Amino acid sequence: MNDKPIKQDQDSADERGLSSTPPSAPADPPVIQIGPEFAIAEDVRSIVTGEPVAGTSLWRDAWRRLLKNKIAVFGMIVIIVIALASLVGPTAIKYATGYTYDLIPKESALNKSFPPFRGPDGRFSWTHPMGTDIAGRDILARVLSGGQISLMVALISTLVSLVIGVSYGAVAGYLGGRIDDVMMRIVDVLYSLPYVIIVIVLLALLPAEVWVTWLGLLFKYLGLGVHPMDASTVQLAELFFALGAVSWLTMARIVRGQVMSLKHQEFVLAARATGVSTPKIIFRHIVPNALGPVIVYTTLTIPTVMLSEAFLSFLGLGVRPPRVSWGSLAAEGAQSLAIYPWQLIFPGVTMALMLFSLNFLGDGLRDALDPQMRKG
Amino acid sequence: MAVNDRRSRSLIGKRMLPSLTVGLLTRMSLMNTNGNLLKVKDLRTYFETEDGTVKAVDGISFELKQGETLGIVGESGSGKSVANLSLMRLIPDPPGKIVSGSIIFDGCDILKLSSGEVRRIRGKRIAMIFQDPMTSLNPFMRVSKQMMEVTRLHLGHTREEARAHAIKMLEHVGIPDASERVDSYPHEFSGGMRQRVMIAMALSCQPELLIADEPTTALDVTIQAQILELIKTLKAETGASVILITHDLGVVAGITDHILVMYAGKVFEQAPTSELFEQPGNPYTRGLLRSVPDPTSEQGRLYQIPGLPPDLAHLSAGCPFAPRCERAEDICHRDYPPFVQLTTEHYSLCHFANEVYAESPGQEGTT
Repeated sequence: MNDKPIKQDQDSADERGLSSTPPSAPADPPVIQIGPEFAIAEDVRSIVTGEPVAGTSLWRDAWRRLLKNKIAVFGMIVIIVIALASLVGPTAIKYATGYTYDLIPKESALNKSFPPFRGPDGRFSWTHPMGTDIAGRDILARVLSGGQISLMVALISTLVSLVIGVSYGAVAGYLGGRIDDVMMRIVDVLYSLPYVIIVIVLLALLPAEVWVTWLGLLFKYLGLGVHPMDASTVQLAELFFALGAVSWLTMARIVRGQVMSLKHQEFVLAARATGVSTPKIIFRHIVPNALGPVIVYTTLTIPTVMLSEAFLSFLGLGVRPPRVSWGSLAAEGAQSLAIYPWQLIFPGVTMALMLFSLNFLGDGLRDALDPQMRKG
Repeated sequence: MAVNDRRSRSLIGKRMLPSLTVGLLTRMSLMNTNGNLLKVKDLRTYFETEDGTVKAVDGISFELKQGETLGIVGESGSGKSVANLSLMRLIPDPPGKIVSGSIIFDGCDILKLSSGEVRRIRGKRIAMIFQDPMTSLNPFMRVSKQMMEVTRLHLGHTREEARAHAIKMLEHVGIPDASERVDSYPHEFSGGMRQRVMIAMALSCQPELLIADEPTTALDVTIQAQILELIKTLKAETGASVILITHDLGVVAGITDHILVMYAGKVFEQAPTSELFEQPGNPYTRGLLRSVPDPTSEQGRLYQIPGLPPDLAHLSAGCPFAPRCERAEDICHRDYPPFVQLTTEHYSLCHFANEVYAESPGQEGTT
């Protein structure tokens, strides 16, 4: 499956290797050679077109290395498949069978959970490939809808942690001195508090209903009519914020360490010597150079956040019904594990697969972006 | 905004806002009467370390006229680079600190400006080229972006103007296919090319003063010559003053008007280039000159100044060079040497400056 990218890669490597032969295209403009440093190797031209080869950024090199890592590519494919399925799956299922994640069919008066591929009559059927839950809802639809929520929580919370962590760490690392001391002590203090408790306190102190009431009043005051969010949506937003707010700490530390080593590099001095302002130096010159570890840590944060979300949902603090996430599905399934194992197995396996893949991808990215590996 | 532009250069003069011109001209004509672009007086930059205060630059003074080139030579750790970072207020603080002195650049004291005002001078009126072109360009930024950043910042260029300007500058410093190469990343250039890019970037705002901190040290000899030639040509074209920092006397010989010899954070000798080479007035300079290989004579073993530069945190009361000096006497170890004026423009920090000066003529046989 990944033969093709590797082959392409070798092709382009050949291109570069062969660049020492002069371009053969007759229409080629003459190469201006001013001095000995314009050796032919300088003049990288594609044999096919005779055009100078477009600039390869360090990102492209890293991407190429990533494609050579089979497990990482596997992880990437699984992630894409699950993400796509979660994205379009619920709509497709609704179209095909009429089931949605919260549709309770009439015959559920029987209060029976069907095993996978079994219809109400006990015979083989395509209607419920993952079976149904205790209320007769289609588990496939629920797993895919849950995937939407889980992925959304993971992505948005990671984004929140990325933004806070990178800015905080970069500012602390670049400014250094007392500001750095104070900023990092704050991080240390937050680190020492168990994050679950912070999240629980955040979610419990300001439950979604309170927000809904406040928002309703605000909308009324502003004359915007009835505000569109129900308690379940507000709870979700709160979850994004709470998980993001506690997961930026490690990111801040990583970025700070990177920035501290980068700020003594000559290009930073050169940028200062051209009069670039401090914020621009931090965010345009230093942060992009620190992005390698940030990307790696981000891909490793996503599964962590996902797991936290599942954990909170399992405890009943996360996603509220009627919305579902992999965590709340697992919690539901765990109640009747002995009788209806498929209620736990399908959401559980899907989530495990996703977590594995994310970790594989994270490892692959680390190998691809690691500066030590660049020499090889 | 062009607040402090110099009047004498037509290119910059054109850009200057008319409303500002009148006031600036009166002020600058006062300032420029003696022709000094830069006047450094008693500059002291100290670093606080656990080992004590390191006096990296300890009371140096010099002047630089418009269009002149000044060479600063000295061993590693003699304070040349710190002196020049101080000129642009780029000393990392803490641990570094400019303790005293004044840096009068075109009439205003850089040390008294606000950080915003200093930023407006950096890159626009004083530009800097660094030693290692491999590390002084941001590896994650296309060359175009880095070059455009400077002119958009200081000249208020739009994206298109800045890009065109960057290509023009690259062509100017001799980079072929500039319009295509401008979008390359730094790692796609060779060392010499990168130094050319740095020079193009430094000159893109037409600075009045160019500080080149060992611009050729990291390059091999043929490219060194090219880069020096390039600096020389561009200097002649733009009329900029240049401060060339190096530890290679061969580099400064052909390109500078004046030379400052630094040792242990102090100016040991200051003279017009030809005079310094012909008739050094300081034993240290003489040692440096003797340690340059001379291809015309069979010397056998090359001369080397014995010992190592002193620990700047623990200097003795006497001459800092005394422990390594051939002709050191008791007084050298005991008393700090005087800064002796030998001729109108020739100074030397030595107890025996006059004697050294007197015995020097022709001894190097500058051929």
